[in-house]
Amino acid sequence: MTVFAAASLTGTFIELGKSFEADNPGTTVRFNFGSSATLAQQIVQGAPADVFAAASPATMKTVTDASLASTPVTFARNRLEIAVPPGNPAKVEGLKSLTDTKVKVALCAEQVPCGAAAVKALDAAGLTVKPVTLEQDVKATLTKVELGEVDAALVYRTDVLASAGKVQGIPFPEAGKAVNDYPIAVLSKAPSGDAAQRFVELVVSQRGKDVLTKAGFEAP
Amino acid sequence: MRLSHSSGNHRDVRRSRVAGRIPWVLTVPAAAGLLFLVLPLAGLLLRAPWPTLLPRLAEPNVLEALRLSLVTATIATAVCIVLGVPLAWVLARAEFPGRRIVRALVTVPLVLPPVVGGVALLLVLGRRGVVGQWLDSAFGITLPFTTAGVMVAEAFVAMPFLVISVEGALRAADLRYEEAAATLGASRWTIFRRVTLPLVAPGVAAGAVLCWARALGEFGATITFAGNFPGQTQTMPLAVYLALETDPEAAIVLSLVLLAVSIAILASLRDRWVNSP
Repeated sequence: MTVFAAASLTGTFIELGKSFEADNPGTTVRFNFGSSATLAQQIVQGAPADVFAAASPATMKTVTDASLASTPVTFARNRLEIAVPPGNPAKVEGLKSLTDTKVKVALCAEQVPCGAAAVKALDAAGLTVKPVTLEQDVKATLTKVELGEVDAALVYRTDVLASAGKVQGIPFPEAGKAVNDYPIAVLSKAPSGDAAQRFVELVVSQRGKDVLTKAGFEAP
Repeated sequence: MRLSHSSGNHRDVRRSRVAGRIPWVLTVPAAAGLLFLVLPLAGLLLRAPWPTLLPRLAEPNVLEALRLSLVTATIATAVCIVLGVPLAWVLARAEFPGRRIVRALVTVPLVLPPVVGGVALLLVLGRRGVVGQWLDSAFGITLPFTTAGVMVAEAFVAMPFLVISVEGALRAADLRYEEAAATLGASRWTIFRRVTLPLVAPGVAAGAVLCWARALGEFGATITFAGNFPGQTQTMPLAVYLALETDPEAAIVLSLVLLAVSIAILASLRDRWVNSP
C-alpha cells in the first residue's frame, strides 16, 4: 500500500505506518513524502497511490476536482511559528519584527501550503514583509534558518519541534487566523483499497491523534 | 572567427561516399536515440495551451525571469571563460604532481547533485560560511539571496563543461605551431595569446555554448544557494518549478519560452562561431 503524504507528516506517518504493519501482518506501507502540491499533481498524472494526506484543503481539492478521491476527512491542524536560529541573533520578538528591513526573512512560496498560510497570517496582522527568498517547501525554508542564512522564517510548529533544537520557535497570536487543515482521503483508483481504508481509520483514531498531538499537531 | 572553407568540396564528396555505407546497426539505435530526446519536447508542444499563450507571455514576471536568466547565464559564462580557459591550459600543458587529482576535482560539480552543490556553496560563501563570514565582516558582502549569488551558483555548476571541452581542444591541437613560435623566441604568454588561443578558439566557443546552456537551465544549486525571489533570484527554471506546483499549463508555457529563446541563441551562435559543418 502506498501513502502520499505532505512533507510535514514525515515523522508521524512513519510511526503510524509501523503500527499499521504490526496490526496488519503481510501489509507493507510505502510512503512518498513531499510538497502537497507536487504530490497532488503526481496523483492527477496517474501515480499509483492508495492514500493522500495533504497539508491544505486546496491541494486536496486538486485531487477531488479530478474525481480521484471523494469525502476527504480533516485529521489534524497545524499552525505557524516564527523560527529563528539558536540564540535569536536578530532579536526577533514577534511578527512585527519581521517587517524590519535589517531582519532577513525566508517564507514559503505562496503556491505551497505553508506559504499560503504565511500570507494569511501576515494579512490578518496587517503587516507587509519583504522576504529575501520564497522557498519551494517548508523543509527548504527551515534549512535556511538552520544554516543561519536568514534571521527568521515562518514555518509550522511541528517543524520547529522536529528540528530538535536546531532552530528556536516563537509563537505568535496571528497564527490562530491561519491554521492549516490537513485532509486525508482514500483514492478512488487505490490498488489496495481495503488496506487504504484501514490506514485512514488508524490516522483518525485516538491512537493516531496521540501520535500527531505529540508531534505538535492540533486536533481538528 | 571564421575558418576557411576552401576544402569544402573535397570533404562533401568524401562524406557522401561514406554515408552510403552507414550500417543499420548504427542507424536504428541512432533513430531511437533521436526519438528519445525529441519526444518529450513534442509532448510539451502538444500539451501547450496555445490560445492563452500570448497573454501568459506578456505577464511581467515571465519577462523578468527570462531577462534574469539570460543576464545571469551570460555573466556566469564570462566568469567561466576567464577562470576556466587558464585552468584548462594548466591541465593540458603544465606538468605537475597531482595533475590527475586536480582534473578529477574539476569534474566534481558534474557528479555532485546540484542541490548538494548549493548547500556546499552556502557552507563556504553563506553568511556563516568559512569565507562568507569574512566577506560579510570585511566588505559587508553577502552572496546568498542576491543576483550575484545566482551567477556564483550557475558558474559553479557550469564551469566543468567549459574546462573539459577546452582541455580536449588543447590536447588535440598540433603542438608544432607552439614549438615553432617558441624557437622563434616567443614567450609562453605570447604563445598562449597569439598561437594557442586562436588554434583552440572553436573548442572554447563550443565549451562556452555548453557552459551557457547548462547555466541557463540551472535549478538545484540556484534555489538552494540564492533562494527564490522574483526579479532578484527567480530564474526561468525556478519559475517553472513553482508554476508546476499549482498551474502545470503555466509551467509548460514558461518551459517553451526558455526552450525557444535558448534554441534561437544557440542556433545563431553555432552558425557564427562554432565551425561544425
